[in-house]
Amino acid sequence: MASMTMIQALNSALDTMMERDPNVLTFGEDVGYFGGVFKVTEHLQTKYGKKRCFDAPINENGIAAVAVGMAAYGLRPVIEIQFADYMYPAYDQLVSEAARIRYRSAGDFTVPMTVRMPYGGGIRGGQTHSQSPESLFTHVAGLKTVIPSTPYDAKGLLISCIEDDDPTIFMEPKRIYNGPFDGFHDRQVSPWSKHAASDVPEGYYKIPLGKANIVRPGEAVTVLAYGTMVHVALAAAKESGIDAEVIDLRTLVPVDIETIVASVEKTGRCVIVHEATRTSGYGAELSALVQEHCFYKLEAPIERVTGYDTPYPHSLEWEYFPTPPRIIKAMRRVTEV
Amino acid sequence: MDDMSSRKPNALDLHVPAPRARPGDKPDFSGWSFPEPGDTPRPDIDEPAHDLREYAYGLIRVMDMEGNALGPWTPQISPEKLRRAINYMLLTRAYDERMHRAQRQGKTSFYMQCLGEEAIAIAQTMALNADDMCFPSYRQQGILIARDYPLIDMMHQVYSNASDPMKGRQLPVMYSSKKDAFFTISGNLATQVPQAVGWAMASAYSGDGRIASTWLGEGSTAEGDFHAAMTFAAVYKAPVIINVVNNQWAISSFQGIAGGENTTFAARGVGYGMPPLRVDGNDFLAVYAVTQWAAARARANLGPTLIEHFSYRAGPHSTSDDPARYRPGDEARMWPLGDPIERLKTHLISLGEWSEEQHKAAHEAALETVRTTGREAEKVGVLGPEAPPTHTRASMFEDVYKEMPWHLRQQRDEHGV
Repeated sequence: MASMTMIQALNSALDTMMERDPNVLTFGEDVGYFGGVFKVTEHLQTKYGKKRCFDAPINENGIAAVAVGMAAYGLRPVIEIQFADYMYPAYDQLVSEAARIRYRSAGDFTVPMTVRMPYGGGIRGGQTHSQSPESLFTHVAGLKTVIPSTPYDAKGLLISCIEDDDPTIFMEPKRIYNGPFDGFHDRQVSPWSKHAASDVPEGYYKIPLGKANIVRPGEAVTVLAYGTMVHVALAAAKESGIDAEVIDLRTLVPVDIETIVASVEKTGRCVIVHEATRTSGYGAELSALVQEHCFYKLEAPIERVTGYDTPYPHSLEWEYFPTPPRIIKAMRRVTEV
Repeated sequence: MDDMSSRKPNALDLHVPAPRARPGDKPDFSGWSFPEPGDTPRPDIDEPAHDLREYAYGLIRVMDMEGNALGPWTPQISPEKLRRAINYMLLTRAYDERMHRAQRQGKTSFYMQCLGEEAIAIAQTMALNADDMCFPSYRQQGILIARDYPLIDMMHQVYSNASDPMKGRQLPVMYSSKKDAFFTISGNLATQVPQAVGWAMASAYSGDGRIASTWLGEGSTAEGDFHAAMTFAAVYKAPVIINVVNNQWAISSFQGIAGGENTTFAARGVGYGMPPLRVDGNDFLAVYAVTQWAAARARANLGPTLIEHFSYRAGPHSTSDDPARYRPGDEARMWPLGDPIERLKTHLISLGEWSEEQHKAAHEAALETVRTTGREAEKVGVLGPEAPPTHTRASMFEDVYKEMPWHLRQQRDEHGV
């Protein structure tokens, strides 16, 4: 065991898999010599050579397409899209190609590729370095979408994605790369080393896809969150004293419906939190699922606490970001019904 | 806008390219000039790309119109192999003709012929190794035919019937056959080109000896995917052949809409530092020869080649368009570089290795093959307006993922299957 930040844990996952499987390789913009702008691929080129960890031209369309071709060959490429905001040129290759090749060829060809991308705001990144486009992936048949919230989960989930025989979208909450940011931007962020989930085994382990994690058991209200928002939701529970059950979804598709239903049937109340814009966001899907499965156990309307339906603002970042006070208000509304 | 008095003295004017001839006009190929067959030198395969730029603006030709093979590009092909080639071309044309008609008879939803372009896929497949990986567009059915893929399975796919290897999932002609090194056809344009580059990079990464070859139309060279492919192929010296089939028409848009007014499509290779070969796509021997050259270069780890095949789409784009609505009806007949089957036939006869009688018999045999195979396929089923789908309804939910997740199981159950 070692104490790792999320960046170190992700690097360890790649290192572990490149060590175990010669078919695993990684590339992307600035990924090789420099080790990535967030340093997730640091030292991998030195250790495994430039054929297994290399720089790509600034062309996300090409990066994704080349990975599709490599995966069809039989490799397990892991590509880095430098920011999720740069994903759009790759979208056609992910949606029309990677996601559908198994189906359209009736299993003749498969695409075991992993697409890593840092997402989310709260880093003064403006509208082109802060977006959360997860629902653009969860809407696509044939893709799996995974978002970790701790170093331990990040490593175990990334290894599961790399070993998965279908294309996986692995979104990294970059605001918590170096510490579990709780949504209070004016307070000091504690480093990962003070968090239990920074204890990360050096070797191989997996966290299964499709399994959520109850990070705070509670009775009063179910809070569904993922990525950075798990920590913001925990802070909201702590700050308010509301006995919330906070569920970290970890995998958005396929989502762990059993854990969600069991919790909402117990609490009768549900608040959904995400940083992405609200309309047609993943929270809409969660809200529909809770309604379909738990309608007769619900004691209050389902609430969504999300980013607003605006581009991500630069100077007003903390007005946009779903902070603990906004989550507390929502929890109060549903628990005071 | 037309009021000239209100125009500024320095008024600009927007240029929108237009073809020389539309329906009702006479086909106009005046001013076109091509190098004579045999006149283009053949460089060594290790010639640096910057010394090959002139090939982008010429045209590699081997056969003259009398069937003589001329010059340094003349490939060494046995008469037996050439007879096999003409049989494949005849079979492809007969197959196309029957399946096009089957769509007209309401037996399937859609079809696409490769009429006039048969030499390209067939010569290239015969010049490549059987395990070189092909990433085709939708008009290279000749690859499967030249790899002796069962014709009946192609028909099953077009009919989306119970024996369709794609389980009725894909539009007709979107074949896939991994064992024949034939990648699943997308239907979205040019997406296969950078994928072929990735496959080729993976082959090089793995120390494999196989190369990749990919095809796209001149119209889809305008797609970003083509330029992504060119960049990655050039940067990583991927062992891949990128084939632009310039058949002059992208549905109703002439090649000028894709940029062909100002330069050749082969010249796209110049900017990427890639050997740009431009070849008469209706000349079987020339296509074979340039493919051999590009394949040898790729196998020598010298990287990719861009080939523009100058040809003409003699049929409609698909069963969904009528070319008489957008181009002169006799343009195909007037095409200055002839018909690929007729030209190979003339060559074989001039060699004394073929005759009119043999050709007629081969043509009849091809028609008979598609007739009998077609009847067999139709016995299994067709996709007519009254024919029910022959796959289980539950199969719709399969192969989305390797293992079916709960939400698809639930939707399948809701659907009652």
